[in-house]
Amino acid sequence: MIEYLIDGPLWYFSLAVFSVGVLWQLARILFSASKTDLSVARGSASSGALRNVFSRFIPHHEIAPRIRVQVIAGYMFHLGLFALLFFAAPHVLFLEQNLLGFGWTPMPHWAFIVASQFAFFGLLILWLRRMLNSVSRLISTLDDHVAAILTFVVMLTGCLALLKGFTELRLLHRFTVELLLIYFPFSCLMHTFTFIPSRAFTGAWFGRRGIDA
Amino acid sequence: MSERLEKGLNVLRAEMDKKVMSFFSSCVRCGICAESCLFYTETDDPRYTPIYKTEPMRKLWKNEYSFWGKLKSKLGISEPMTEADLSDWEELVYDGCSMCGRCSMVCPVGVDISMVIFKVKHALAVAGFSPEGLVGATKRAVEIGSPMGITMKAVLATIKHAEENTGLKIPLDVEGADYLALLSSNEIALYPEYLESLAKIFDHAGVSWTLSSAAYEATNSGLQIGNKAIAGQLVQRVVDGAEKLKVKNVISPECGHAYTALRWEGPNFIGKAYPFRVVHILELLDELQAQGKLKTTGMETDRLTFHDPCSIVRRGGIQAQPRNLLRPITENFVEMTDHGSMNWCCGGGGGVSSNERAEDLKHTAFNRKKSQIKEIGVDAVVTACSNCRMVMEEGLEYNEMDIPLLGLTELIAGHLAEKPR
Repeated sequence: MIEYLIDGPLWYFSLAVFSVGVLWQLARILFSASKTDLSVARGSASSGALRNVFSRFIPHHEIAPRIRVQVIAGYMFHLGLFALLFFAAPHVLFLEQNLLGFGWTPMPHWAFIVASQFAFFGLLILWLRRMLNSVSRLISTLDDHVAAILTFVVMLTGCLALLKGFTELRLLHRFTVELLLIYFPFSCLMHTFTFIPSRAFTGAWFGRRGIDA
Repeated sequence: MSERLEKGLNVLRAEMDKKVMSFFSSCVRCGICAESCLFYTETDDPRYTPIYKTEPMRKLWKNEYSFWGKLKSKLGISEPMTEADLSDWEELVYDGCSMCGRCSMVCPVGVDISMVIFKVKHALAVAGFSPEGLVGATKRAVEIGSPMGITMKAVLATIKHAEENTGLKIPLDVEGADYLALLSSNEIALYPEYLESLAKIFDHAGVSWTLSSAAYEATNSGLQIGNKAIAGQLVQRVVDGAEKLKVKNVISPECGHAYTALRWEGPNFIGKAYPFRVVHILELLDELQAQGKLKTTGMETDRLTFHDPCSIVRRGGIQAQPRNLLRPITENFVEMTDHGSMNWCCGGGGGVSSNERAEDLKHTAFNRKKSQIKEIGVDAVVTACSNCRMVMEEGLEYNEMDIPLLGLTELIAGHLAEKPR
């Protein structure tokens, strides 16, 4: 019964909440009002927007030494998670059989171990910093902690399911994924998508002023 | 709900646009912005973290625009905003932020934090939570025409002195001139040599220019305090003056926020595009140099550096021009470690220098600039903003550092080649 629920209705429900929720949130942002800038532009807003979407992946060298922990742990977590999500063998198989109809070469087992260690260490460092650093502690919200815990649990159950191969662990992993999908559109996890318009809006602003950003 | 809270919240609601919504949907509270802010790096007080200064706006977004806020509201368990959500942020926003925009350069998800802080400032100003010093300056700007209370009589006296010192006629209210030059309060009261320099340079380059008795003041206290209506009123005076004289261009003086107010925000404040071009004095000098109309002679032998005014460089895009102008007249020019669009603020922008309450914090924040200057061991610092110049002069004196501050326009005027005949 539980297996049916997790693999069936709850999966489709969570997928629907995630898809509709993400699209709704993005539409709400993109179709919200915004005043036209009446000043005469010096440079191109569109090239500024495009440049800023990519240039923000690399921190300014003037500030880099002061933010090493966040940058290194941030990249470890995000790259590790990306590799796990799209290149772990069970995920590739699942996407092929259930969603896309085609697959690609999954990463080898040793790469899975490395990617999962990157993701776990990165997330743990970021979360510890969130709780121990005075700035992060002051500005963090409940949402930040819930999102971090949920992501951690999803990764943990996923790794356990792959390493041990028990059905119960697979079900537990899938259940936590479903919780994450339902929570996603209403949380800070939306930054996965909204960082693009956010960077683009600011880049356009810099671009039209001819600022070297 | 009190009337002032309602007014403040209404401003925040009106300022909630697609940019702000994308910013708050993206912010992951990483705290990287703190490391870019001199009010945080020099005090180690986490309250000065830039994104924390936007908290009133974030709280409104969370309450009224997010799923959880709307749900809580429906269930009657939301936490409504109170006057404290505005009043408690007054000190952070007015004393602990110079609107330098360095935080907006470093945010990994691209939040223009400085822009959101200005929106919060706007709400605080309308709700009546602004420091006394800025309120007084704004009142004088509206009633007298200048935040320092400078009247046309004082301007005429400055013009007279400039004419005596240069032997040149300063044009006033000349209809049809190509350029209308504006002055900041500081340039009238503290640095009258700026006007003398303009007279010399324009005479040398054959520029048709004028001052206006109706629009001489470029300082915009409305922008400093964050009140867009007043900012628009002050911009409109300049527009009216320029239209009356039918000039083709208006020259923004060596004043950072005046440039922002006039060049970038002005048309938005008054709701229409200008019938003239706004050009910063450095842009104009650079253009004249490129056209061969501005010829200099001699070199400064002292070790000099350039302080990039935030509103002109980081938020204004005028970065190459001051260097183009300095290159032909300096033989020992050195850049500060962090310069250009990532330069550190002097600590007195965004109205901080007009806010007596922020005096101690301003001196603490200046420690960053002090160490930058010490690190490169220069004989003098050149800048192109009268407010930066005043703040740095005060800061260096406070720290007993005998390093002169030079205005770039004056420096150029001191190196003019013989007038082409």
